[in-house]
Amino acid sequence: MVNLQTTLSGLVLDNPVIPASGTFGFGEEFAPLYDLNILGSISIKGTTQNPRFGNPTPRIAECTAGLINSVGLQNPGVEKVVTQELPRLATHYKKPVIANISGFSIEEYAACAARMDQAEQVGIIEVNVSCPNVHGGGISFGTDPAAAAAVTRAVKAVTDKPVYIKLTPNVTDIVSIAKACEEAGADGLALINTLLGMRIDLKRKKPVIANKMGGFSGPAIFPVALRMVYQVYEAVKIPIIGMGGVSTADDVIEMMLAGASAVQVGAANLVNPWACRDIIESLPERAQKYGISSLAEIIGGAHI
Amino acid sequence: MKQGLFEIKENVRIAPDMYEMALQGDISAVTVPGQFVNITLDGFYLRRPISVHDVDPAAGILRIIYKAVGKGTEAMASMTPGGTLDVLTGLGNGFDIQRAGKNTLVIGGGAGAPPMFWTAKALRDSGRNVTAVLGFNTAEEVILQQKFEAAGIPVIITTADGSLGIKGFVTAALADLPAPDYTFSCGPEPMLRAVYDATACGGQFSFEERMGCGFGACMGCSCETKYGAKRICKDGPVLEKEEILW
Ligand SMILES: Cc1cc2nc3c(=O)[nH]c(=O)nc-3n(C[C@H](O)[C@H](O)[C@H](O)COP(=O)(O)OP(=O)(O)OC[C@H]3O[C@@H](n4cnc5c(N)ncnc54)[C@H](O)[C@@H]3O)c2cc1C
Ligand SMILES: Cc1cc2nc3c(=O)[nH]c(=O)nc-3n(C[C@H](O)[C@H](O)[C@H](O)COP(=O)(O)O)c2cc1C
Ligand code: FES
Repeated sequence: MVNLQTTLSGLVLDNPVIPASGTFGFGEEFAPLYDLNILGSISIKGTTQNPRFGNPTPRIAECTAGLINSVGLQNPGVEKVVTQELPRLATHYKKPVIANISGFSIEEYAACAARMDQAEQVGIIEVNVSCPNVHGGGISFGTDPAAAAAVTRAVKAVTDKPVYIKLTPNVTDIVSIAKACEEAGADGLALINTLLGMRIDLKRKKPVIANKMGGFSGPAIFPVALRMVYQVYEAVKIPIIGMGGVSTADDVIEMMLAGASAVQVGAANLVNPWACRDIIESLPERAQKYGISSLAEIIGGAHI
Repeated sequence: MKQGLFEIKENVRIAPDMYEMALQGDISAVTVPGQFVNITLDGFYLRRPISVHDVDPAAGILRIIYKAVGKGTEAMASMTPGGTLDVLTGLGNGFDIQRAGKNTLVIGGGAGAPPMFWTAKALRDSGRNVTAVLGFNTAEEVILQQKFEAAGIPVIITTADGSLGIKGFVTAALADLPAPDYTFSCGPEPMLRAVYDATACGGQFSFEERMGCGFGACMGCSCETKYGAKRICKDGPVLEKEEILW
């Protein structure tokens, strides 16, 4: 028997597998496909203070082993998420969820977090300081240690729930941002968000994406994500949720060896709607194959 | 929605760059004309959305007709019977034929014509009078004319260059027809817009958008409607005329 349990700031997860924000909505489309209660947790669609339609279409561009998205944080706004989406999700999913929030000002982050704080279902608040596809949006917070720290402090001030800062990889030194967030009181870190990318349509000779650029994710970014998790693990003491291109149980194990306490699965859900279930089902057998009896014991195991 | 492995039973060229593929497997989720399937292709990360052209429930076969326009559909064109494809079926709302009046027009343009065949047959079977208008660029691109006729559905062809049927776009044919009570359309957006403008009656229009997932998870395909944001893959691809913001 392999022990799949892992812990995030006192929250015990049955297994480390969590669908990533923006690729699982509020669970509604997946509930008919498999029992969501097998999931370690669920990171819900990025939520802002006010409802947002998001960016113009096309919002999606295919890439080798991945895709670019420029959804632009389409969501119904925090009030509706708390009063409608979360209760609906509760009918399918009985465990604590991760509330992913975004903002365009420090005040908006704080307002969003304060509302999420009142939702019993929310086990962790995940603060997206990294969204690269909204003009003037998250990018400025996540690329500057001082701004990332300011967001961290503002969110910590309005909630007692664990606060995880979700980092952008579009920086020269992710370690300095991670440390700044830890010093500002972050309970944990989640990384990575998407890499800023672009495709050009050869027939139209224009960018595929209406907003020209978007966030690149999928299996192609796995080595970059793994490297960043590894580097950040060396520099901080708080737990890390690792993500970026994770598609198989082996990827989950690799991420945990690099230093992740739990792992999120994003793009894989889009091409295989059963991806998280498939990963969870194969984890025991894959762990056993590598002589692992407890996943919690291998966290950071690749470091000397 | 269901995921299944489908066997390619047939894959034939029916016009320049146009192919018809018959896929055999579990088609129980394919229930409404105008729905689409989403196909995984070796070497491509995203699935390819293609409308269901026709179904044969007894044989467990669904048919698609697709145009080779890029690397993915070109790869499909070279596939041979016996091979298998991973397909998500039962996607999208499809056409709600219950809303149609007695005298219904189905209108298809180019690669938007194929789903109108199953749609027209369903309307015919529901006892409505149905006429099809299919528009193409030129005579050699015309598909499905005999198939509609064999199904007892009157079909009017238009070609942009006048090489077959009525010269012009599908709207050129509308002028000569008695005004319908209802329309169902699928085709390039300028065609949909032209039909929208040229018809006074209600109708349903099937849209295309680039998709991340095809089943409502990613918000990649959203559009704004009179009733708020809708996902083309899940709340569409079919929108009611009165909710379209044109
Ligand atoms: C609901 C729906 C139903 C469709 N039904 C049909 C059909 O019955 N017959 C048919 O010939 N075509 C249909 N299409 C269009 C078809 O999906 C595209 O032609 C196909 O995806 C192109 O793939 P490619 O690899 O050859 O082209 P590429 O341009 O190389 O594809 C690159 C990426 O863009 C996407 N893409 C390119 N063109 C389109 C498009 N027009 N719509 C959506 N995504 C696109 C591809 O899926 C892929 O992710 C439909 C599209 C949608 C959304
Ligand atoms: C369609 C799409 C939408 C996303 N929306 C959000 C979001 O709202 N908030 C967020 O923090 N991250 C969002 N992300 C980023 C993912 O949560 C994840 O960090 C990233 O995609 C890397 O993981 P992956 O390679 O497994 O997809 C989105 C990603 C995709 C593909
Ligand atoms: S393509 Fe993902 S929601 Fe429509």
